[in-house]
Amino acid sequence: MFEPVLTRNIHRPNSERIGVYLAHGGYQAVRKALTLAPEEIIEMVKRSGLRGRGGAGFPAGVKWGFMPKDTDTPKIVAVNTDEGEPGTFKDREIVERDPHQVIEGVIIAAYAVGASRAYVYIRGEFFLGVKRWIKAIDDAYEHGFLGENILGSGLNLDLSVHRGAGAYICGEETAMLESLEGKRGQPRLKPPYPAQIGLFGLPTLVHNIETLVCIPNIIERSPEWFASIGTEESKGPKIYSVSGHVKRPGNYELPLGISLREIIYEHAGGLREDRKLKAIIPGGASTPMLMADKIDTPMAFETLAEAGSALGTGAIIVMDESTCIVEAARRLSKFFAHESCGRCTPCRIGSYRIFEILDRIENGHGKPGDIDLILELTEGIDGKTFCPMGAALVNPPRSAIRLFREEFEYHITHKHCLVN
Amino acid sequence: MLPETKKYPPAVENPRLHARLLTALYIAQEQYGWLSPEAILRVSERIGLSPGKVRSTASFYTMFKLEPQGKYRIQVCEGLSCYLAGGAEPILEQISERLNIQPGETTPDGRFTLEVVQCLAACGSAPALRVNDELYENMTPESIDELIERLQCET
Repeated sequence: MFEPVLTRNIHRPNSERIGVYLAHGGYQAVRKALTLAPEEIIEMVKRSGLRGRGGAGFPAGVKWGFMPKDTDTPKIVAVNTDEGEPGTFKDREIVERDPHQVIEGVIIAAYAVGASRAYVYIRGEFFLGVKRWIKAIDDAYEHGFLGENILGSGLNLDLSVHRGAGAYICGEETAMLESLEGKRGQPRLKPPYPAQIGLFGLPTLVHNIETLVCIPNIIERSPEWFASIGTEESKGPKIYSVSGHVKRPGNYELPLGISLREIIYEHAGGLREDRKLKAIIPGGASTPMLMADKIDTPMAFETLAEAGSALGTGAIIVMDESTCIVEAARRLSKFFAHESCGRCTPCRIGSYRIFEILDRIENGHGKPGDIDLILELTEGIDGKTFCPMGAALVNPPRSAIRLFREEFEYHITHKHCLVN
Repeated sequence: MLPETKKYPPAVENPRLHARLLTALYIAQEQYGWLSPEAILRVSERIGLSPGKVRSTASFYTMFKLEPQGKYRIQVCEGLSCYLAGGAEPILEQISERLNIQPGETTPDGRFTLEVVQCLAACGSAPALRVNDELYENMTPESIDELIERLQCET
């Protein structure tokens, strides 16, 4: 039986309170970290094999190593909690129920990279989370975990909450920095990367909240413990958000490398009314769909890439045989059309065109050639946009057509759905 | 020779002050109920940005409202997981019928605005909706009726 680590606190009553967190061994990792040299901590994070949990999967220790050393320039740590990827709801749970474990991660990261200022960017819709964070930060200051000379170590760190205002694109790290600066959340050109020029032009370490929650556990237990979980290229525990046609949707913390089958059938209780599985989105809306025959794929960066998809945020959307794939693709494409920031043409125009075509196919007005038109549009968008949004938005329609082309054709010819 | 152009004072660059724009917009929206031209003007004076810049930034974010809103903003998620759980359109239709407004509209008495929103990160407890800043999960036709009735009775 796998013992949850990242989510071990969230089921306790009043888990968001500092008293509860301290009573269960909270802030011990910070105490330990402050006795180590910053370089040692970076080395530990590298050895753990931790890769970013926000979608891109970049090795965290390497990112820390990019932060400039031996400089007087102030540095920043920014926490990304602009969770908005359809299917994903793990960050909201951490934000609302375990702010202190994140704060611990922030303090350790700031100490390791020499940052003196930190921000947590919380999605605007997470009002309860924002409220709890304001209290959590106040309490952390009161207990001497934030502010000047933290626990007598000489480390100074200020942390504050920034509330987003409803824009999926602000989950992209440079768009989030723009939003933190009070601007329209449109992505910046990279390079320079945030580690060189980030928030207010200062070197900035940006991490997803789940990544930061791994940090205190790596310090407290050991990088070797962390690396012993998972697969060759995907280490550690992971929170999987499971939704759609399953009996027990919810967040499940399990090792990386566990199969989709085990998550869906053992943990999430299998499919509702024991229907047949049709398709799975394994890593949130922006990852390609998989057919039911990929059910034994391990949830890891490398294995999902081999299967033709990606780990993304680890958000699994399960669709049973009653699902109209055209409608699923239409709905996801509408999301991306709505969320395109408008900065570059392929994404701004292309996302809407794809949605419009899927909309007319779904509503019985599809024309011959529409399917190839969508595929042509995806070619014009993928890899030709300013930020990763372009590569993300082509995945739902392209994978749906590749896997279920006959359903699209049926819709166009018969003006109605194959399954309903 | 061209006439001399009017000299504007140099733009004041104050990144730390400008960073407070979103917060200021939230405060103004709470005070005015929406970001009216007057609210935008007040924010622009406080933050030191032109009203055009303030309005442009506000228009980027779906949570900032540039039109008057009802007292209760009902935001129904139309995400894939909510749809798979039987939510989205059926919920919208039910509320639409009860309040006699279409998505995007406000009731004539100014009490309710019905809105379609994207994923609320409540896919595990779908179908979901929000009323103002509060999240409601695992909605059923009965619980929606109850919710609307309760809100209608509130003063």
